[in-house]
Amino acid sequence: MNFAAKVVAPVTAQPLVRARNVHKSFGDNEVLKGIDLDVMPGEVVVVLGPSGSGKSTFLRCINHLEAIDRGYIEVDNEQVGYQLRRGRLHKLSDRAIAVQRRKIGMVFQQFNLYPHMTALENIIEAPVGVHGQNRKQAVAYAMELLTRIGLADKANAYPRQLSGGQQQRVAIARALAIRPKLMLFDEPTSALDPELVGEVLATMRDLAQQGLTMIVVTHEIGFAREAADRVVFMDGGVVVEEGKPEAVLANPTHPRTRLFLSRFIEKH
Amino acid sequence: MTERTISPSLDMRDVATAHTPIAWERWLLWAFVLFVAADFAWLVAWNKNFGWPIVAQWFTADSILKGLSVTLGLTVVAMIIGIAVGLVLAIARMSDDRLFSSLASLFIWFFRGTPLLVQLIFWYNLSTLFPEISIAIPFGPTLVSWNTNDLITPMTAAIAGLSLNEAAYMAEIIRGGLLSVDKGQVEATDAFGMTRARALRRIIIPQAMRSIIPPTGNQLISMIKATSLVSVIAMADLLYSVQAVYNRTFEVIPMLMVAVIWYLIITSILNVGQGFIERYYARGERGTSNARAAIRLEEPA
Ligand SMILES: Nc1ncnc2c1ncn2[C@@H]1O[C@H](COP(=O)(O)OP(=O)(O)OP(=O)(O)O)[C@@H](O)[C@H]1O
Ligand SMILES: [Mg+2]
Repeated sequence: MNFAAKVVAPVTAQPLVRARNVHKSFGDNEVLKGIDLDVMPGEVVVVLGPSGSGKSTFLRCINHLEAIDRGYIEVDNEQVGYQLRRGRLHKLSDRAIAVQRRKIGMVFQQFNLYPHMTALENIIEAPVGVHGQNRKQAVAYAMELLTRIGLADKANAYPRQLSGGQQQRVAIARALAIRPKLMLFDEPTSALDPELVGEVLATMRDLAQQGLTMIVVTHEIGFAREAADRVVFMDGGVVVEEGKPEAVLANPTHPRTRLFLSRFIEKH
Repeated sequence: MTERTISPSLDMRDVATAHTPIAWERWLLWAFVLFVAADFAWLVAWNKNFGWPIVAQWFTADSILKGLSVTLGLTVVAMIIGIAVGLVLAIARMSDDRLFSSLASLFIWFFRGTPLLVQLIFWYNLSTLFPEISIAIPFGPTLVSWNTNDLITPMTAAIAGLSLNEAAYMAEIIRGGLLSVDKGQVEATDAFGMTRARALRRIIIPQAMRSIIPPTGNQLISMIKATSLVSVIAMADLLYSVQAVYNRTFEVIPMLMVAVIWYLIITSILNVGQGFIERYYARGERGTSNARAAIRLEEPA
């Protein structure tokens, strides 16, 4: 089933993310009903699917913002949120979970920049405060990232003084500043005005080209077509179809994928 | 066709050259209010019954200044302890841990539910309820023990009473502030692997401060005046010192004026301080001077 992934990465590589039979319920509402997904290092996976299909929930399970009820998730050869000791599975402490999250960057739909800190302070907060980096080096790297996203002149601006697109790019830089092995994007362009979507997608396309491992939940079919190594289509808490973007987007085999895509093409 | 080609008077209509009409009614209102205020000030200043020479004579008298320092000292200490304990209570009350949150609720319920005066009298008379205070293993042997009367002086009773009462109110103010912070902020700190303590200190509390400060300013000013309650347990605060004088000299109004003026001076200083603190925590908001400076920067191409 991870045939598509093997095409992208060297055959010997281990998956960076391995999710098996992931179940998650909120009360009686079973949102994830057994998700299996492997993501190889350097792979860009775009997750598509109708609203309420559990895309955000799955993404949040990967860095344990939500605890899963059944199955297991592994990132970089470590089980997320749990540890096997002497044949028994133990819950990790909050502190240990915090440590696991340090190699995963996350970009939110609502940006969630710290409004009382400047762009630069936002970016160096985790490297200095969480990863214990030297402040000077962190600032230098932050400026490098800001330059890369074309916002070096906004280093001392506060988030509310930036446009939505600029805020989201700063949020991406903030996530990159911890030099993550994996980046999670949850609908990074959904809160943006249409004319600002392009600049954020361009930044993300750059990252994809540089070989960053990314899982992207989005409704931007165009981005999936151009930047994804693999498209995963979710509906009703399961993966109904996955494959190369050319294949899934042009010739969806599953009726629900077809319905979803046809609605999209009508709308856009 | 644009406006410029049809209207030669466009330059005259440039709003930059516009004059603001003089608001006569507002100036008249100002003059009237200032006149009334001046008249009232004059009346008060020349009224013999206020005894201004006596006010001047006692304003910086030793006993008054000592009372003033007790009032200020008590306020500062009780407020600091109150805020610190209040913060702990607020966090405990919001935690998922049922034990901590119930204990915090119980504390807040009790200390907000009983009059401060009664609490002060209880603390002061603690020795009649518990003659000895000891650290002991529950139901086991005693390790250390003190005579309550040695521990509870008017000063410690006043600090305990004022600060624990304050803590209960501050806990709710701080909790309100923490609740006002967007949930996405907590999520971001979680996703970046920040510890709870660091997230609170660096991200959550600074944002909560904006809504915590104004009611805390109220609390501080109430506290200054609430300290006058400690006179019932024989603490010589500002009001108590003033009363001690007029009980001898019967110059009630002039002596009360001494206290009133001091209270107003302290409150004014605090108001100015609060303004500075509010401006500090409002950084990052649009419309601050910072914002204007940054917006002038050019947009990237
Ligand atoms: N914290 C929560 N508590 C209860 N129910 C939740 C919670 N988070 C999500 N859900 C429910 O889980 C289901 C899936 O939500 P999710 O946000 O994962 O969908 P999604 O695929 O990301 O949709 P969208 O495209 O609208 O973002 C929804 O029915 C939602 O109501
Ligand atoms: Mg979602």
